[in-house]
Amino acid sequence: MTGIIIDSISMVFTLPDGGAVHALNDVSLDIKQGQIVSVLGPSGCGKTTLLNIVAGFLSPTSGEVRLNNHAVKGPGAERGMVFQQGALFEWLTVNENIQFGPNMAGKPKDASAKRCEELLNIVGLAGFGEKPVYQLSGGMQQRVALARCLANDPDVILMDEPLGALDALTREKMQGLILKLWKETGKTIILITHSVEEALFLGERLIVMAPRPGRIVKDYSLPFPEQALTMEARDVKASPEFVATREEVLSMIWNMEEEIMGGGDGTG
Amino acid sequence: MSEQKTPSSLAIWLGLVDNSFTRQKTVKFGDASAVNSGRFYSILIVVILLGLWVLSSTFGWVKPFFWPTIGGTGDRVIKLLDEGFRNVPLWEHIGISVYRVLAGVVSGALIGIPLGFSMGLSSVARGLFDPIVEFMRPIPPLALIPLIILWFGIDETAKISLLFLASLFIMTIAARSGVSSVRISKVHAAYSLGASKLQILRHVILPNALPEIFTGLRTSMGVCWGTVVAAELVAADKGVGSMIMIAKNFLQTDTVVIGIIIIGIIGYVIEMFMRFMERILIPWKGKG
Repeated sequence: MTGIIIDSISMVFTLPDGGAVHALNDVSLDIKQGQIVSVLGPSGCGKTTLLNIVAGFLSPTSGEVRLNNHAVKGPGAERGMVFQQGALFEWLTVNENIQFGPNMAGKPKDASAKRCEELLNIVGLAGFGEKPVYQLSGGMQQRVALARCLANDPDVILMDEPLGALDALTREKMQGLILKLWKETGKTIILITHSVEEALFLGERLIVMAPRPGRIVKDYSLPFPEQALTMEARDVKASPEFVATREEVLSMIWNMEEEIMGGGDGTG
Repeated sequence: MSEQKTPSSLAIWLGLVDNSFTRQKTVKFGDASAVNSGRFYSILIVVILLGLWVLSSTFGWVKPFFWPTIGGTGDRVIKLLDEGFRNVPLWEHIGISVYRVLAGVVSGALIGIPLGFSMGLSSVARGLFDPIVEFMRPIPPLALIPLIILWFGIDETAKISLLFLASLFIMTIAARSGVSSVRISKVHAAYSLGASKLQILRHVILPNALPEIFTGLRTSMGVCWGTVVAAELVAADKGVGSMIMIAKNFLQTDTVVIGIIIIGIIGYVIEMFMRFMERILIPWKGKG
């Protein structure tokens, strides 16, 4: 089958004092091709660890990740990644950043230049190609990061709090862009976020994780990304169904945070 | 309400009045951005010092043995430009010193940068070279002069070897810290875009380290310039340092002072040139 299979992954970090942190405990997840999945949870629930394992930057203590029936052994171009910020190459222009992947693979220059032009239009940065990236605002830089990822045509896009560093208004605009890209390209997307609203709005499927040990506690199927294709974003987010789900998820996360605080041995 | 008068741009340039930015501030003491260039006072102090020199020359306040007269110094400059010093043209004294600095910095960079890269990228290289680099770092290059003379004598090889050592450890440490400072998300991004290890070295780690490498070049230019003059004081028959040392032996205070001024000016020009090149070559510095 095509898609990502996360097969009973555990991740144990051994501490210098001999103790162990169970960052992930027996986590399994099947993600179908073309799904957009958001992952939510309080800090310390292992969501970033999970993403890093799927990306191939970390190797799990046990279990494995398979993409289209191939086990993930390390990072690869079929799994693109969008980071929170600071992952663009500031010594390159916008165009050079976007064409980085194709250039490294030795693809023909004129084809990737043409694709770059299209992507700039899609992400709303037409005319900015020759600019150095450090002259762009945070929101525009994330648009470049999305375009750079798409230029490489990966099967899966992994997003690690891609909008986390943006102001609220820019963030809402960028959520719309991510949904548009998902619909137009049909890519599988796994998105990690701290924002409940964002997780609901961008997730066909929402995975809620809990800490100590890091595990999946809830797996929702959500209609909101589909609704957002025909409705205004604000209307989707104001609908009674959205508000009710948001409150449910919020209180779940809130309770987890309370438990951590009450636990006493928290690291803060 | 007093009427708002726009001060002249000359007064602003001289730093005598507030500019349009600082004019709006009510809190100025303690706000570093409210301190302007104070150019008027810079010009003032230079004029006062030169004026004192003119006065002391005219009235003979200081013996020329301790500090030359301004007229005598002027005559000496013309004579040095005309005849050179000890049958060697002045530009050759300057040229040889600058050449030694460049040779030292370039050779130090050629070895130091790859060494620093290997220390930033490989545990074996770091383990092997770290004790040597950390041991050599606090030793002032001048302390190596006696050993260098014993090994290489006092010819050109000796001086360039000394400058090589002076720049080597600066460049090694700069390159190593440039490599270590790469943000892991940039490396991860490059891997996810399908780059190979070699491509990551060439297209991510190297450009990311360039600002620190350039800072290292600037530092070692400065250190080498100071070291070359000192090394020429000890043993050399050409070079600005040797010029002032030999002039001292002949009690030519004016040549000594001229030499010191030349050393200062060239050091300043080198620094300005390096800053200019930095702006052109690495405009992204500090913007990552």
